[in-house]
Amino acid sequence: MKIWVPMDSAAKALGAEEVVAAIRAEALRRGVEIEIARNGSRGMIWLEPLVEVETPAGRMAFGPMTPEDVSALFEDGHEKALGLTDELDWMKRQTRLTFARCGITDPFSLEQYEALGGLVGLRRALGMTGEQITDEVKLSGLRGRGGAGFPTGIKWDTVRMAHADRKYIVCNADEGDSGTFADRMIMEGDPFCLIEGMTIGGIGCGATKGFVYTRSEYPDAVAVMRRAIDIARAAGVLGPDVLGSGKAFELEVRVGAGAYVCGEETSLLNSLEGKRGVVRAKPPLPALEGAFGKPTVVNNVISLATVPVIFEKGAEFYANFGLGRSKGTIPLQIAGNVRHGGLFETAFGMKLGQIVEDLGGGTASGRAVKAVQVGGPLGAYLGTDQFDTPFGYEEFDGEGALIGHAGLVVFDDTADMLGMARFAMEFCAVESCGKCTPCRIGAVRGVETLDRIAAGDAEAVPLLTDLCETMKDGSLCALGGFTPYPVMSALRLFPEEFGAVREAAE
Amino acid sequence: MRHSKPTADEIQALIDGQMHLEGPLLPILHALQEAYDHVPEAALGMIAETLNLTKAEVHGVMSFYHDFRKAPAGRHVVKICRAEACQSMGANALSDAVLEKLGIGWGGTTSDGLVTVEAVYCLGLCACAPAAMVDDRLIARADAARLEKALEGAA
Repeated sequence: MKIWVPMDSAAKALGAEEVVAAIRAEALRRGVEIEIARNGSRGMIWLEPLVEVETPAGRMAFGPMTPEDVSALFEDGHEKALGLTDELDWMKRQTRLTFARCGITDPFSLEQYEALGGLVGLRRALGMTGEQITDEVKLSGLRGRGGAGFPTGIKWDTVRMAHADRKYIVCNADEGDSGTFADRMIMEGDPFCLIEGMTIGGIGCGATKGFVYTRSEYPDAVAVMRRAIDIARAAGVLGPDVLGSGKAFELEVRVGAGAYVCGEETSLLNSLEGKRGVVRAKPPLPALEGAFGKPTVVNNVISLATVPVIFEKGAEFYANFGLGRSKGTIPLQIAGNVRHGGLFETAFGMKLGQIVEDLGGGTASGRAVKAVQVGGPLGAYLGTDQFDTPFGYEEFDGEGALIGHAGLVVFDDTADMLGMARFAMEFCAVESCGKCTPCRIGAVRGVETLDRIAAGDAEAVPLLTDLCETMKDGSLCALGGFTPYPVMSALRLFPEEFGAVREAAE
Repeated sequence: MRHSKPTADEIQALIDGQMHLEGPLLPILHALQEAYDHVPEAALGMIAETLNLTKAEVHGVMSFYHDFRKAPAGRHVVKICRAEACQSMGANALSDAVLEKLGIGWGGTTSDGLVTVEAVYCLGLCACAPAAMVDDRLIARADAARLEKALEGAA
């Protein structure tokens, strides 16, 4: 009897290790021989820990499991039996390209990785020139999944054409946005996918060294990535002779130290070099002068983890999914006060309301949805009257919002929107790197101004609006520049909570 | 975990152990904090010497990052997520209750040196909020009772 229990940190935080211990104890008690295998999460976080039992018909799902539910696993008819995992509505409705293997394979099994299409893309890329590799990525339409949406192929090409004795590829795995966990899930659930994507990128651009810069708040992801890199190196996927091609590529994991701003690429590069994580003015672009002054590709985890499937199935296959200029798929992360929270990968274009109400099943509290913050702490709040907005870069931009890293945080009608606006400013003040004045001083003044508004001073509202404009236009990076998104959208949607009439807000 | 008083030789060995890396300063600070639960003041000059930096520069880097401590924390560290997804599920009430019960503020340590409570901004458990961490153990759908139980289990 083979039983799969996820080792994803969300599953562990919901008791997966206790369930594993209970399964072992119960098997021993019954004298049943079992094999416990560990996988990543399938993304149905509300069902975690999701235990799967292998049967001739396929993997049968049970969840959410507790140690008390374990005994019945060994008998017929379990009250938490969900049927075949692949037949669950949540799984069937997805287009899993980037997350094709996540939750299915053992994250440390290169054999299982290859059995499900792994390394096909890298082998193909090894037979291509650097230009052919960057062209393939351009053709796929892949855009930066960290939030900025910059075409990945163009970035790669800039680095490829730069002249230098050394080049780097850096994976931005500093996933600090609240409501997002796609990077963590893929690093913990399918680390070889990221390794393969970075290797293709490195070989395409002529970079021989890659760094995965991730967070100290993700200790499991750090450990899984490090072990997977060791396994890949031992198998010749990494090292001086990648899969016998004669080309070299090496990878290293670096851990941040609790600074949110290091998710900004230039700040990340400073941190990687051992400096304060302050933002650098651009130009020079990191593609020309990045890590240690050398041409550097900086890409988000999901951008890089999507590269293998583009090379496995072809750029056109990937580009056929999506909407307008938002091509391919996006792993939606549905979070916060929501009944069915988790990760759902689908083509761009799904309407916001469908994501929240249909996939997410409405709020966890059962109350009405008040607002949804999309794209992390620097993303705008959207109201239910914006639920028809299709999920895409340009479509959200048109609503004065952004998709960011595709995290959605749902709030019910008890949410205090003035409080959330204040928190956005407070967070910016705590995390500001201090380099530019609009962010460093503006965020502090923002907190004070919101406190005045909270105390009933409606005249402070125009001041807040003015301050937000200054921060938006005058900040060096997205931290100061985008903090106005949550603040102003909260004010626009719920002016009555700011003691202002609607006219004053507009 | 308990930590012995750092000696200069030990500190230098930890610094030297990271010197093969490109940009070794953050790995050095992590290695020291891992060993001593804080970055000892005595280490700053030694790091500066080894990396050919000024002590002020090393201090500047260390103090920029929230993770690095000047003094050891309490025996157990409770991190409670303050970010938006956790707030949507009552993280503020949770942290208020925990801090009030322990009689400390954010970053404070109980007078018996047992527990330090720190704010954290996102543990990546946003679909099973609110999230917290007791030492190395992650806790999803956290409430005051579960945190207390985890603390007892860790004692």
